[in-house]
Amino acid sequence: MEGKGECAVKTLYYDTVVIGGGPAGIAAAIKTREKGLKTLLIENRDVLGGIPLQCIHPGFGIHYYKQDLTGTEFITRLLDKLVESKTEYLTKTYVHSIEYIDYNDKVVNVISPSGVLEVHAETIIYATGARERHIFEIGVYGDRVDGVYTAGEAQTLMDIFGVLPGREVVVIGSGDVGLIMARRFALEGARVKAVVEILPYPGGLMRNVVQCLRDYDIPLLLGHTVVKIIGKKRVEKVIVAKVDENLKIIPGTEFEIPCDTVIVSAGLRPNIDLLEKIGVVIDPATGGPVVNEYLETSKPGIFVAGNALVINDLVDYAVEQGERAAEGAHKFVENNGLPSEKWIRVVKGRNIRLIVPHYISGKREVVLYARVSQPEKNVYIEIPEVNYRVFSYGVRPSEMIRIKLKPEHFKKMSSDDKITIQVTPRQ
Amino acid sequence: MKELELYCIMCPASCTLRVIVKDREIQVYGNQCPRGVEYAKQEVLEPRRHVMSVVRVKNGDMPTVSVVTRSPVPKDCIWRIMEQLAKIELEAPVEIGDVVIRDICGTDIIATRRVKRIELL
Ligand code: SF4
Repeated sequence: MEGKGECAVKTLYYDTVVIGGGPAGIAAAIKTREKGLKTLLIENRDVLGGIPLQCIHPGFGIHYYKQDLTGTEFITRLLDKLVESKTEYLTKTYVHSIEYIDYNDKVVNVISPSGVLEVHAETIIYATGARERHIFEIGVYGDRVDGVYTAGEAQTLMDIFGVLPGREVVVIGSGDVGLIMARRFALEGARVKAVVEILPYPGGLMRNVVQCLRDYDIPLLLGHTVVKIIGKKRVEKVIVAKVDENLKIIPGTEFEIPCDTVIVSAGLRPNIDLLEKIGVVIDPATGGPVVNEYLETSKPGIFVAGNALVINDLVDYAVEQGERAAEGAHKFVENNGLPSEKWIRVVKGRNIRLIVPHYISGKREVVLYARVSQPEKNVYIEIPEVNYRVFSYGVRPSEMIRIKLKPEHFKKMSSDDKITIQVTPRQ
Repeated sequence: MKELELYCIMCPASCTLRVIVKDREIQVYGNQCPRGVEYAKQEVLEPRRHVMSVVRVKNGDMPTVSVVTRSPVPKDCIWRIMEQLAKIELEAPVEIGDVVIRDICGTDIIATRRVKRIELL
């Protein structure tokens, strides 16, 4: 090929670069614009909007818009606001790497339809969402045949393209997307033979168990696992077995379910590859970065929001985090870095599996998100150090606990270096 | 008289409710709070649901438009709505809130995704 000299890399400068054009990233971009920052939003797909574009069921926006919208309606509202905010954005643009040059200079290297760009920014808001867990991560073996989809893939096929991926379906895992897709298959005339869940309780919200499975007489096999997928070209059947309390297969309990399609809904993991490469500290419990109350990672000026931070069960929380990260980015740009604080650790107490953020200042209002390890009824959710205590009829791992602490809460703190979230049974 | 088991979905406690139905009288056991009784009444006497699907669109920037019932419909109406939706094909543009089927099961079916028209060359 004959060229006219070298392929020039264009260099651009922004206050903040938002990576990821889903709900968290869009909300973050809008907020940074409201605060007067020069922002660039980057998305690798050809449209902005992220996952809600394919979520045609209601349940979105109950907190944020105080209205029950479908995912598609929710994201369109947010997109309209983004257009109003006149945010610069790039679609079909792939982030190749992030470089942490110094406190005030980060580089996002991207490949865009108009060439390779080197985008410099003082702050980055990382909102790349999550990826679906793969079938090999959950120990399902067997033939590599046609007809195996993740729940998200099935959703794209059915609810964007209008294609039914199969007629006789087994769903592995009972996360919300899996339950919602089981209903979609049933509504479109397929037979959902079973939803197979290894744990003794469902992975998704109870509302979805009732309205997606019970309504359509779809059996939920708790304490079961799919051991093997069998087929020649296309899935022909799966082998299912019971598991004991240590989730080990009980020999002799195997049985077959004939089907032509397997849907894997094994949960989500934060997408953090680019952050890991630059050494951002990761919390094994959330799978996302360790953050302070501005949702700033261990690399100053790099913020994270949405499912890349922690797997949320409501889009409203992802948006809230996007806005929180944007406030952080604004403060960083204005003050040449976030004010240094004596950080208070947020510690996991009894029956708490994960919490974000991990550090707070105790000076400003803060929202804590937590999940329990085990379902439990009749409990108090407590933070003893700040005298916080609310009663709950029940907690479940699938339902995130959201706690808002106001500056008043910190006035009479009984510890100066930690607060503990815990769940305790009511006597 | 019949006896049913329901899960209350009004809060994460997800109480298992035992419901005894006699004509239109119902008794509820297993609820931890009064909202469980309300839920059981609604579920037993008049269960309602939203119905959602996608409908094909011609000349759009997306192949389908998503649709939902404007308000929840009686549960036994679900299949009638799905049958009607399967017969429809729309022409872009479609805007959110456009009525796709008017007056079915006491509500309308409305579009929930924007589909822009692609002008054919
Ligand atoms: S009965 Fe009350 S406590 Fe129990 S799930 Fe329903 S709303 Fe929650």
